[in-house]
Formats: sequence, structure tokens, C-alpha cells
Amino acid sequence: MSERIALALTVNGQPFDINVEPRRSLADALREDCGLTGTHLGCEHGVCGACTVLIDGQPIRACLMFAVQSEGTEIRTVEGLADGDSLHPMQQAFHDHHGLQCGFCTPGFLMLAVGVLESQPDISDEALVEALSSNICRCTGYQNIVKAVRAAAEQMRQ
Amino acid sequence: MSWIGHPLPRSEDSALLRGLGLFTADEARGTKRISFVRSPIARGRIVSITAPPGATIITAADLEDVKPIRAILHRDDFIPVDQPILPADRVTFVGQPVAAVIAPSLEEAEDLAEAVELDIEPEPAIVGIDDALASGAELVHPNVPGNVTLEGRIETPTFAAAMASASEIVEIEIRSKRQSAMPMEARGGSARFDRASGRITLTCSVQMPHMLRTGLADVLGIPEADLRVIAPDVGGGFGQKMPLIPEYVLAVWAARRFGCDIAWIEDRRENLIAGFHSRDQVYHIRGGFDADARLVALEGDLFCNIGAYSCFPITCGVEVLMAMGELPGPYDFSAYKVRSRGIATNTCPMAPYRGVSRPVMAFAMERLMDTAATQLGISPIEIRRRNLVTEFPYQTATGVPLDAGTYVESLDAAEALIDVSAFRARQADAQRNGRFIGLGFAVFNERSGFGTPVFAGRKMDITLGFETVEMVMDPSGYVEARIGASPHGQGLKTALSQVIADEIGIAPSGIRIVSGDTDRTPYGWGTFASRSMVIAGGACKLAAQGIRDKLVNVAARMLQADPNEIKFADGEARVRGGAAITIRELARAVHHSSHLFKDDFENGLTSIATYDPAGTFSNACHAVIVEVDPETGRVRIERYVSVEDAGRLINPMIAEGQAHGGIAQGIANALHEEIVYDEHGNILTATLADYLVPSCAEIPRIEVHHLETISEATITGAKGLGEGGTIGAPAAVINAISDALAPLGVSPYEMPMTPQRIRALIRASRGAPA
Repeated sequence: MSERIALALTVNGQPFDINVEPRRSLADALREDCGLTGTHLGCEHGVCGACTVLIDGQPIRACLMFAVQSEGTEIRTVEGLADGDSLHPMQQAFHDHHGLQCGFCTPGFLMLAVGVLESQPDISDEALVEALSSNICRCTGYQNIVKAVRAAAEQMRQ
Repeated sequence: MSWIGHPLPRSEDSALLRGLGLFTADEARGTKRISFVRSPIARGRIVSITAPPGATIITAADLEDVKPIRAILHRDDFIPVDQPILPADRVTFVGQPVAAVIAPSLEEAEDLAEAVELDIEPEPAIVGIDDALASGAELVHPNVPGNVTLEGRIETPTFAAAMASASEIVEIEIRSKRQSAMPMEARGGSARFDRASGRITLTCSVQMPHMLRTGLADVLGIPEADLRVIAPDVGGGFGQKMPLIPEYVLAVWAARRFGCDIAWIEDRRENLIAGFHSRDQVYHIRGGFDADARLVALEGDLFCNIGAYSCFPITCGVEVLMAMGELPGPYDFSAYKVRSRGIATNTCPMAPYRGVSRPVMAFAMERLMDTAATQLGISPIEIRRRNLVTEFPYQTATGVPLDAGTYVESLDAAEALIDVSAFRARQADAQRNGRFIGLGFAVFNERSGFGTPVFAGRKMDITLGFETVEMVMDPSGYVEARIGASPHGQGLKTALSQVIADEIGIAPSGIRIVSGDTDRTPYGWGTFASRSMVIAGGACKLAAQGIRDKLVNVAARMLQADPNEIKFADGEARVRGGAAITIRELARAVHHSSHLFKDDFENGLTSIATYDPAGTFSNACHAVIVEVDPETGRVRIERYVSVEDAGRLINPMIAEGQAHGGIAQGIANALHEEIVYDEHGNILTATLADYLVPSCAEIPRIEVHHLETISEATITGAKGLGEGGTIGAPAAVINAISDALAPLGVSPYEMPMTPQRIRALIRASRGAPA
């Protein structure tokens, strides 16, 4: 075990002071050290996208980033989407359109979709499918995920 | 109003959408970690295992009081093979756990596992079916002669004469490459030791928590009461999470041995190399047709690579015997001869995967039908129409009873939706422009919702099947249903609440379903085999009737009315055309004025019911239009239509979601996914960059249409539907590819039909070297 270092992370607007090994991935730091277990690990080699979080608004694979690299950034995770009891339009759309089954990939898809739509609110259908193809879902066959993100895009523009 | 048939949004979603689900790895925070040292050699003798100084390492020598896992079929043609928790002397597949190390954190455990030195003397590995059956082949297990661990045969008395009478013999060989169910959440277990009681609570990502507890207790030689198994939120299973595995045994053993909390959380590499595979099969099929293109006899020689061990409790028979018994599918013929073999190799063992052998069986039968149609000069639709079963109930060649279905009707509906004559014109037009589009059909049925009457026929040591539900209404009129089924993403809790709501006349929001906890739920078999809606749903309906029967007597007395005149709906009991009382008031009265309702308060406001049906058959027709680029071998799916009949739909939204997901997995099986071994038994597809799970860019929009033949074989009228999509898709997609490439003389008989395979077939048809 190598020496731990102190990090100050900002996650969903809240400060987290943690001590981690330099090799700690951001995903492990969020889950194990910050207790934010909504960010899931599906492959730990950057393909499935279940661990997607937003770093300064950009969707990032948290399994491929070291926690130390995220110091000084604004990190957003699935826990930060809802406003109290009221769901983010993206969460509501996934519920309304049956865009999740087992729910394991869902946090990653939510963060990916929110990140994409916040930077490209008028994204075309074709470009949206291309963007969503970054992540893998094994249950839904994607149709309802795409439908949900489309519906949320309408809501988010308003 | 009726809740059944309503596309009710899911109660499961709220926590999952907010990142508040509890999956096994979430529960495991703060535990010590196990990392397994896995064999890098497919077959060989263990010479030594050397751990770094001071490391906590567990090897076979530490587990002398632990029994091996032994999956048993009581059949003379089955040879059981013991699977050691950790092997003492020999390794049998790449990825097999040979030792375990324990450390305070995952990183430290993985560091330790890397530092363990394994000295294994390699021996030539048996990898493929051909290797295993070659004369003089080495034996994977010394007690399994010829490497055949199970061999079933059926020949109907009429077979020889019927085949001899055929005017046209159609012979094909189909191959299914090996696949992984690849649930998004890999497996894992967190074993917590309770110092006060000495009990272990194993939280783990499984589909059969009660069965797992039984299996663990048997292997460890402890009472089941010393163990609690919890399946929390489970991130998909698709069959892979049914069996008992050495890793869970080791986790529970270590938590007891060291008196602490210990977890093993599988990573994706482990999952792809050692987390069970499926469907590595080759079928030789001969169909005898008469002059009217009617199938009069079918002969099959089926080979199933089962890997190194049989999975517990269902054994390799799940693939081998299903293939043998249900190959005839939806077709009407009685002369049948089949031989089906389970072949041991030095590869990862097989577990059921959504559809089990059926995607391969449907692929075989539907490729046979298309090949025969071409040979006999009739259309693929016409040959199916002449051969599908039309009168029900029907008994298949192997004696399986088919309840009413819509085999021809689903084909007719798909034909109309596609507008086949318009398509043929467009296809001819495209071909003139050098483009290759094709249309493929698959018609199939799916045995679903079966209990012990069917499982008993498989002769497993443990007969699976029933489901029990314990139901209780609290004084506020809320219902809790404790089920033995164990959902893992299906939305079962929402659907069951709809069944209960209709029986008792309360809203689904007043019903809570408890599952996946051996301390809280009655013994049951879990969720697999398209069974839970039918069986747990049936048990819920019966238990809810028990609650209602108690309430109706109380209501009759409180309303001074005839019980037969009282109806339950919208949260109240109402006398026809008269007075009403809320169910909440009734529930309160039963509990808090029990001296007035002694007869009805016997055992409290509770009800227990068990349901154990003989099963039913769902069916569907899939129709697919593809375009194939002959230069690259790329397949684009232009249109996908599914017409399915799953009986009464409890929640059409959930049913459609199951169809979408199943078809997506079937398309993946048809075009993309393949576990590849080299000739030494090394696995070449150990990441998701190599094992190609499709994204939303590869999966088309899927049109799902429902026929609803209310089943008389189940008390809810529902049929199982979880697996159907996966079953039909490979056959339909590859039939479409075959249709598209027919002008090039190409006939594909292998799945997945990757661009490389399509290019190889095109080159071969042009006489060029492959």
C-alpha cells in the first residue's frame, strides 16, 4: 500500500475531504470514500459507461479517472440530480417511459444524457443516438431510453 | 377499475433513479476483500502455490471439511462430476479459482493475488466439441469416458417408416458460438458475521436466494438456520446468477473462519472468463418432407459443449435435455429421432442464459424451414403455414402438451404488417441497383410458467417449481406480500401489486412486495425461466383471495349484509346498491376489535398460498428486414416486427419492455457476441472491447404487437414472456440475411453472423479462397 494523500473534492456542490491512495479511481473514491454508491461500476475498463459522472459539465468515465485528477473540479453524480423530492426531468422521463429495468446502468445513462443535453439542447435524433451509444444497457433494448431522453430534452428546453 | 392490463409505471424506479438502490457492492462497503487467484492454464497439474510472506491465503488444503459442489441428475445416462471449491491437484479451465487471498481493501487483495506464484504443469487442453469427441482424446475428468457427461436419446416408433416415406430430405448443420449473459452488474457476495448469534448474512447478486442457502449449507455442513441470504437490488441476471458457485462458498467459509465481514465483488474480466457461458452447440438436423411440403419426420444429432462442470442445481441437462425434448417447437409432426450429448471440455462451465437452448433450437428449426422452402420451391410463409400446429391442445412428438396458442395467427399478422408483396417488389428493385435486402421470419413457442410437474420429469436431485406467497394486511389496510420469487429488474413487484390490487380492491400503492431475503420470505425457487409472473402471480392471486375472504365476513357483519352481495373495489367494501365501509376500517376492526371477529381473526389478517402449475406455452412470430453490404459484410436491421402471445398481459408496459430487451439480446446473439477461445483454452474475449455487446446504435426500433390468448393453464390467464424475444431473434435475423444474400448463393448456418463470417461465405460462394 502506498502513502495516502488528502484530497478536497466538490461533489454535487458539497465538500468532501478524503484520504486516498494516489491510485484510487474517482469511481472508487465516490463510492467508498464519499459514500455516494449511486455511481456504479460495470466494467472498470471504460467501455460500459455505468460509472459516468459529470466533471465541469462533461460526461466522464469515473473508472478511468484518478480521484486526484478531479480536485478543483465540479463533480456531479446521480445523487445530485433530484431537487429534494422532485425528480430531475431526465429522471422523471426515464420513469414515465420505462427507460430502466434492473437500474444498474441507469445512473450512468442519466448523467450522460443530462451532460449531452445541457451542452447541446437542440441535438438531432441521429447525434443523440450516437452520443447515447457511449453506454451499455443490457435490459431495455435502448428504445425506451432514447424515447425518455427525447422527452426530457423537450422538458429541459422549457 | 381493473389494475390488470394497465401500463402502471413501476414502483421499483424511484430509488434506482435517484442512485439510492442497494446493490451488493454498495452493501459491501467497509468489509475485508477476497481476491481469487485464477488458473491461467486450461488443463494441468498443480505443482505448487506460493503466497508472499505474511499473506492470508486459502487453498484446497484449508477446505478439507468443505464438500465439493455436486450437481446431480437421476438418469442412467448422466455422469456426475464433483466441482471442488478450490482444486487440490488439477485445474480444469482458465479462470477457475485455485486460491483466495484476503486483505483489508480491494486494492491490497488484488496486489496480494498478483504476488501469489502458481506453478502449474500444463497439459493439452480439450477446448471444442470436436477435440473432446476425437478418438483417443484425453479425458477432461477421469470418470467421464469419451468426455460425454450426458447422452439422451428419443426415437418414436413411427420414425423409420415416416422418414423412409419422405419425398424430400433436407439436411443442415447449424452452429451456435459461445455467449455470455453479461448482466451489467457482475456477480458478488458480501458475507457479514454476527458475533452475537454466530450467523452469517450473505448479501449477493443472485436469482435463487433460497436455493443458494440450501446449497451453501449442504456444502459447508451447517444448518440453513445459521445462514441468511439476501438478494438486494440485482443488476440483471438472465440465468447467469442462478447457480451455486465456489466463490460464495469461500466467502461464507472465510467470514465464519475469521469471524469478520468479507466480500468478493467480481470484476468484468472474471465475469467474462469464469462467470458462466452458454449456447456452445452444434446440431445436425435432417427433415423429411412429403410432396406437399409437410414435415413428416425429424432427426437430430445435438452436441452441447457444457464446459468443465455441471452447474448446481440444474446441471448441464438444462441445455442438453431441453434441446432434445423441445426441438419440435410449434410444428406438427410425430416421427422424431434425436440424440443429444453434453460434452465436457476444459472451458468455463455453462449456465442457463435467457432462452437456454431455445434460441439455438429455433435457429435450427427456422433455418430448416427456410432451407426446405427453397429446396421445395415454395415461400417461407407457405411452408410454415402448412406445418404449424393449428389445433389445441396438442401433444408434441416428445409428449409435451401445447395449450392454446396463435402460431398461424401470429405469422399472418406479421405478414400483413410487413406487406410482403410490396417488400418483394422493393427487394427486386434494390437488387437491380446492387443492394441486398432480405426478409426473415421465425415462428416459435416457449414453454413458460412451469412448476414441479415439469421439473420432476428432468430428474434433477432437487425438483424446482412451486412458489409460495405469505400475505398480511396491517391495521391501516396496507398489504405486505412476501414472495419466494426473486426479481432482478423485471418490474415484478409492480406487476404483482396489480394482481393483488384487483383481488382486494385496493390501489397498488397500498401494497408492498418483499423478496430476496431468506429470513423474510417463504421458501421458493426464485426468478428464471419466464416463471415469476405466472407462478408467483398465481400464488399472489390465491393469497389475496384468502385476505378478501376474511374481510368479506367482517364486512358482512359490520354492514349487516349478505356476504355474497358485497363487492370490493376502490378501497371499500360495498353492498350492492347500498352501504359501504372502507377496507382500512375493516382492517382496523379486525385487529382492534378482534373480540368481535374471533372466527375471522384466526391467524390474524394473513393468508398463505402456494401455486405450482404444469405450465403453458407462449408463442410469437418475428419478422425482420435487413440490408447486407456484401463488400463489408455489415448488416443493418431496417425493420423489426414481433407479434407475440403471452396470454393476459398484467402490465403491457413491462411486457413490452421485456420484449425489447429480449430481442436486443437476441440480435446481439445473432450478429455480435461471441466468446472466443484459442486452441490452448485461453480466452481471447476478456473485456467488453472484445466481447461486443451492442449499444443503441446497433439496436433498431422494435415494433411489438400483442395477441392475447387467455391461458386456461394458469389462474391469472398470463403466460411467461421473459425469454421469448431472445429465442426468436437469431433465427429471424439470420433468415433475413440468408434471404438478402440468396442471389449470391450464400446460406448462413452459424450464429453470430459477423461481418467476417458473411465475407467468408461470399468469398467461398465465388470460389475464392476463404
